[in-house]
Parts: sequence; structure tokens; C-alpha cells
Amino acid sequence: MESHNGRERALWSAGIVLIILFSLIPVLWIVSISFKAPDTITAGDSLLTRFFPQEFTLDNYSSLFEGGLDSPLLAPLINSIGIALIATTIAIVLAAFAAYAIARLDFPGKALVLAGALAIAMFPPISTVGPLFDMWRALGLYDTWVGLIIPYLTFALPLAIYTLVAFFREIPWDLEQAAQVDGATPFQAFRKVIVPLAAPGVFTAAILVFIFCWNDFVFAISLTSSDSSRTVPAAIAFFTGDSQFTAPTGNIAAAASLVTVPIIIFVLIFQRRIVAGLTAGAVKG
Amino acid sequence: MSDRSKSERKLGWMLCAPAVFAMVLVTAYPIGYALVLSLQELDLRFPDDGGFVGLANYEAVLTSSLWWQDFFNTTFITIISVALELTLGMIIALVMHKAIFGRGTVRTSVLIPYGIVTVVAAFAWQFAFQPDTGFVNQLPFIADDKAWFGERFSSFAVIIMAEVWKTTPFMALLLLAGLVTIDGGVYEAAKVDGASAWQRFWKITLPLMKPAVLVALLFRTLDAFRIFDNIFIMTGGAQDTESVSILGYNQLIERLNLGLGSAVSVLIFLSVFLIAFIFIKGFGVKMNEGRPGS
Repeated sequence: MESHNGRERALWSAGIVLIILFSLIPVLWIVSISFKAPDTITAGDSLLTRFFPQEFTLDNYSSLFEGGLDSPLLAPLINSIGIALIATTIAIVLAAFAAYAIARLDFPGKALVLAGALAIAMFPPISTVGPLFDMWRALGLYDTWVGLIIPYLTFALPLAIYTLVAFFREIPWDLEQAAQVDGATPFQAFRKVIVPLAAPGVFTAAILVFIFCWNDFVFAISLTSSDSSRTVPAAIAFFTGDSQFTAPTGNIAAAASLVTVPIIIFVLIFQRRIVAGLTAGAVKG
Repeated sequence: MSDRSKSERKLGWMLCAPAVFAMVLVTAYPIGYALVLSLQELDLRFPDDGGFVGLANYEAVLTSSLWWQDFFNTTFITIISVALELTLGMIIALVMHKAIFGRGTVRTSVLIPYGIVTVVAAFAWQFAFQPDTGFVNQLPFIADDKAWFGERFSSFAVIIMAEVWKTTPFMALLLLAGLVTIDGGVYEAAKVDGASAWQRFWKITLPLMKPAVLVALLFRTLDAFRIFDNIFIMTGGAQDTESVSILGYNQLIERLNLGLGSAVSVLIFLSVFLIAFIFIKGFGVKMNEGRPGS
């Protein structure tokens, strides 16, 4: 019995180590490349010497920000953060009203709103790229923040509505009435009782929506043409080397690390909430 | 109807109106407009030509070998990657569910792929598999000079691996959520009756999880079918690895042929619709058990 337990433990450990390694390797790898001196990127002939930097440098990072706003990464970074934050805010505010109604009120058509949101979430983005490209050029929205924020709502709104409905259904709304019985005004009851209960769910939904906006690539390369609105994923894809003979591998890796590591830290800090948000689906309309 | 339920109804509609209006405006309108564009000859490089051409664009797309090749590629990648994701996702979910220890660690690490920008992961894998910069060819049993992106199906292998890496965590979390709802007593009873672990999985776990599995499959299939980022970064469609979404992008944005490109877009939309229809009618998937977020 003892040896069986020992073997089982060893098997579990091996499985867990394998899962962790497989999840982490691309991240470690891209960070490792980002510290490699440009002319040593192809150096090394064994697994470890290929993986880890032989010569350590920060040049890949510093050159990303040379020239301030004209630098390869600063403007795209500002665009990415700004566009994702605004799109997330709009989606969460609009979705919060709808989710409150769906979770708390009884009215015909709410199942339809949920089904419609789900259907829209499944839209292939490329299906709307052509018309948006044509309309945005006519309206002057091509290559602007607004021109990206609007299409981001196509996936942000359904995701926000679903996550918020799931969380709002768990809130003990009776507490609101209880507070009013105790003499609180409706507004006080809402602000002091409901808002603190709803805030974690709203925050979680916001994290998920932000990650989705941050991740977008199809809209970002189709509806932008310059650094005035190009987001980081699109900018990285169009990086060019210092000369036509040098690949921008180091710069891509540095920029990739910069947009990845903060998100990972964020995800790790809020992992419990994110898991809850991701699985709090199964909404029955 | 009482005044109260009447006002509740009105309030419900009013609160939903802005979100519904926004969703219709940002999706239904562009899709409708794509339909209109797809019936016209509209090439921005030749703005003087044009006009209504009926279904000619669809005829051009559906009779081209490129569309069918890309359609095959997309379907191939979708089926293989979703099958792998389901298998791996189930294994990870079972590991997390039964974990003697380290459950939190596993959950933490599987969230990492979920949080990473797809383009970043695509570059990481591309650099890893490139013979000159990568480390994969230095692994045992792999030729040092294997050119992964020099050939069609080895390119697919890397693309599918990147897809699987990125999306398996979502699958695992959904399946785990289904697993924890199964009553442990059923297993105890089966154990007493002498069922092996393998039998318990096939005869109890899987049937009880069928609804959760089918919904997860539907959403992952629809999501995999729109594959774009990984292919765009890793091969750019070279070695005949283009997906239908890349084809649409090339027509619309690279060649500025809005007529033909919109026909491609509408056909992709119809394909996605068809997949959902087959799942719902054929396998009896209940959409209201699903959720976006894959």
C-alpha cells in the first residue's frame, strides 16, 4: 500500500510538473530571447545554450523607446491601453444595466437578449471587417481610437453581459430591502449594500473584457494604418529590423515580454476571480 | 396585468435597450452591409468600375480552388485542434479534480496561456521552431535542420500546437466546472460494484458530463474555425496554409476588393452558422448552457 501511494504521488507530481512546464515555456522563452544580444540570437548548439542568453543585454528594450512618441513601441502601448480601457468601460457600463435587468427583473424577451448576445459572441470578426473598413473610410473613423473601440464592443458586450448576469444572480438582493426596512433610503441601500456585493463581479468581468480587447489582432491590423491608433499586437507584427538584413527578433521578443508579463502578474493575482468569471457561465435564460 | 409587473417589464426593456441597440449596431448592421457589398463589383483599386453583379462574386469564390483549399485547411485545423483540446482539457480537468496536491499550482499555470496575447504566443512558438533561432530542433529525436515552416503539414503541426496550447486551459476549466457537479456517491457505488477507474470514466463521468462537453465543443469549434492570428504570424499563409479568415483579409485589406472579400466574409459567416446549426439540431446542444469567453 505504501509503495502504491508513493508511486501515485510520483505520477501526480510528474503530471503537474509537465503541465506547468508546458504552460510556462513560451513565456520563459520569449523573455529569454528579449535579453539576448542581437548577434547571439542564433548562437548555441545545445538545448540550454539555445534557450538561455549567452550574452545578456537590455538593448532590445531600450531601442523600443528611442525617440519618444516616434519610437516603435510607446505610441502603440498608449493606444493599446487607452483603447482597451475605454472599450472595457463602455461595455461594462452598458452590460451592467442589461445584466441587472436580466438577473433581477421579470420581462418577456430577456432569454432573447441572452441568446442574441451569445450568437453575436460567436461572429467571426472577419465578417464585419470589410463593411467597417468601407464605412470607417467614409466617416473618417479609419485609423482612429473610436474606429477600434466600436468593433471591440462586438465581443466585449456579450462577454460582459454573460459574466455579469452570472454574478448578479448570486447576489442576495433581499438585503437591499432589509436595509430599507432598517431605515436606509433606496439610494443608501443600493450604495451601501448592493454596490459592495456587486463590485467583485463587475471587476472580474472588466478583467476578462480587458484581456479580450488587449488580445485583438484582426480588427487592429485591418482598421489601422499608423501609430496613431495601431495597438501593440498589430505594431509587433509590422516591426522591421534595423536594416533589411537584420530580423527584428530581439525587439519583437522585448515588446512581447512587455505586454505579456504585466498581464500574467495580473492574472495570477486575480486568478480565483478569473476562474470564477470564466466558469460562472451556464446561464439559463 | 398588475401595474407592478407592467412597470417591471418597462424597466427591464429600458435597461436592456442600450446594450441591445449597441450590439445590433456593431454587428447586425455591418453583416447586412457585407451582404450588400458582396453583391457588387467593388474594387477600390478600380473605383470607376462597379455596380450590382448579383451572385457573381459568390460564383467566383465558390469555383476557385483557393477557397476550397483554405476551407479544407480551416476545417482540418479546427477538427484536429478541438479533438486535442478536448482530450488534453479532460486530462487536465481530471488531474485538477482528483489532485492529491498542487491543484492551485496547476490552475495558476493553466491560466497563463489564457492571459497571453495570441500574437505574442505565435511569435514565441515561431521563434522556438525556426531552425536558426529556435531550441526545438535541439531536442532529442528531432533533426537539427528540420525546417518546420518549409512544408505544409509540419507547418500545420506547429500552428495546431500553438492553438491547443492557448485554448486548452479554457476547455479544462469548463470541464472541471462540469466535473465538480457530479455527485461523488455515484463513484462510490460503482467502486463497490467493482467498476474499474477506466469503466467509471466511460460509464459515469462522460455520460454525466455530455451536456457540458458538447457545449464546450460547440464554442471551441466555432472559435477555432475563425483561426487567423497564429497563421498570419507563423506562415502568413505560405506553403498553402491559409485559412478562410486569412483569405478574407487578403481580399478585403490587401487587395482592397470589397466585393469579392465580402462574399468570402459572408460565406465564413454562413459556415459558422451551419456548424452551430449542426451542433444544435444534430447533437441537441442547448445553447442556453453555453457562455462566451473562449
